[in-house]
Amino acid sequence: MTAAPDHTPTMERLTLAQQIEPWIPALLVPALIVLGFIAIPAQSSWLTLTVSGLAMGMMIFIMASGLTVVFGLMDVINFGHGAFVSVGAFVGVTVLLLLPQLTGAPSLLANLLALVLAIAGAVVATALMGWGFERVIVMPVYGAHLKQILVTMGGLIIAEQLILVIWGPDEIFLTRPETLKGAVTFMGAAIEKYRLVAVAFGLVLFAAMIWVLRSTRIGLIVRAGVENGEMVEALGYRLRVVFVLVFVAGSALAGLGGVMWALYQEVVTAHMGQEILILVFIVVIIGGLGSVEGCFIGALLVGLLQNYVAFLEPKLALVSNIGLMMIILLWRPQGMMPVVKAK
Amino acid sequence: MPEPILRLAGVHTNIQRYHILQGVDLEVPRGGVTMLLGRNGVGKTTTLRTIVGLWRAHRGNLTYDGADITRLPTPAIARAGIGFVPEDMGIFADLTVEENMRLAAVSGDIDTARLDWLFTIFPPLKTFWSGAAGNLSGGQKQMLSIARAMVEERRLYLIDEPTKGLAPAIVATLLRALRDLKDQGASILLVEQNFAVARALGDTCAVMDDGRIIWAGAMADLAADAGLQERLIGLSMEAA
Repeated sequence: MTAAPDHTPTMERLTLAQQIEPWIPALLVPALIVLGFIAIPAQSSWLTLTVSGLAMGMMIFIMASGLTVVFGLMDVINFGHGAFVSVGAFVGVTVLLLLPQLTGAPSLLANLLALVLAIAGAVVATALMGWGFERVIVMPVYGAHLKQILVTMGGLIIAEQLILVIWGPDEIFLTRPETLKGAVTFMGAAIEKYRLVAVAFGLVLFAAMIWVLRSTRIGLIVRAGVENGEMVEALGYRLRVVFVLVFVAGSALAGLGGVMWALYQEVVTAHMGQEILILVFIVVIIGGLGSVEGCFIGALLVGLLQNYVAFLEPKLALVSNIGLMMIILLWRPQGMMPVVKAK
Repeated sequence: MPEPILRLAGVHTNIQRYHILQGVDLEVPRGGVTMLLGRNGVGKTTTLRTIVGLWRAHRGNLTYDGADITRLPTPAIARAGIGFVPEDMGIFADLTVEENMRLAAVSGDIDTARLDWLFTIFPPLKTFWSGAAGNLSGGQKQMLSIARAMVEERRLYLIDEPTKGLAPAIVATLLRALRDLKDQGASILLVEQNFAVARALGDTCAVMDDGRIIWAGAMADLAADAGLQERLIGLSMEAA
């Protein structure tokens, strides 16, 4: 058999701008940190705010990562995602409150065990809730965006009311496990221990998600499905089953993020998911719908900007992230790292 | 006469309010190449998409290898041994060539001997193995699309206009690849606008018009009768 004509590609030398271009979104994070360093007069304040912003960004990433993949894979806009954050937080806090001997012990091991149990409880509860939510609320409205917005918003309201029924109308205050309380001092800056844990945990989770997406078969199917779901089905994969798995995993991640957010804020309310949902959607949009890497970068930008602006000009803190979204969408209307969609 | 591998009986397909297929009757014999010809917009692509279940038949029956597949979901149809190469090639642009191929090997790892064979047919796939599929040229994407369908043995291949817009050298390569598949005993249903390709490759032929099969028979009969070609296919076909 005669082979197809082959040729060795001619490689042009890329200009510096061309070499940097794919890395611009990732470079925005250190660029913002440098800007913060210039704008904030005291170095210790800058360091505290930077760690705080990174911790906040990591938690928003955990909550948003599932939502972006769900949107990319099945084109589903889920306004009910905030419900998983709230339910995860309440379940996690309930577990923590049931384990005072572990949370109150001056032992890192005992404290981490309590945290793991709280996270496990939240993940299981929100995974089951996500499965039910997908079957009952989302499945009947595939392909109809307006109906998705209305019905998932309705699901969020119902979930909040159920939280009020189960846990009562009052907000629940909590204290962090004993060894995660307080701060460490570094270069004159007081850095809360819990924020360092949140940063480390977020990094590990991001690395794990990238590994799953890049190195496993299910990850390969998800990435292909985000791009062209029809072709994935034509190759023999049941994308609906994959989508349910992703939806359940995304719900569980939101629940996990809810527990971490609750410990960060040291208070839980039924509306906390709805409140954080605005930042979650900003992150998903500026990251590029369906892109986990874009979501990660977007979350860090949002966390850092929120903290820096709240320190420099508190009145602008609320609008800073809307401004960030506007600037990024003017620069890249599909978000920073959009997934190429099949036409 | 052996049972055909694929039979469509009175198949109707609607896309929203458009009634595209209006009673398609078609048989694809085992182990040969069946050409599906016709002007643009007569329902050839819809026929292929209906067979793989991407669009649902509203009436009629589809039988594959003796089993009714009319209501089967697309993944089940694919796993029954039908490989599909769509008109737009369906390449995953963000994935590498390797990842595209690994994804198509639904039963597990790629058979290395088969991969070596595919590399001998389509060397550019080896050259760009670790590169993003979105960076391939049009011809290379088509090679990848067909190689992806061939990465595992299938009994029936549905291929939609593989030569569209390709250079003659690439077309010749694709022709040889398809002929090789036929020699291995696979059955192929091929939509094609290029009559020279159809004549070179086809064993049997079906001509569509207005959502129906208006003529079916041996490719040699159609190729030998210029008047029949003119009457059935008109001037929209490329010159032989």
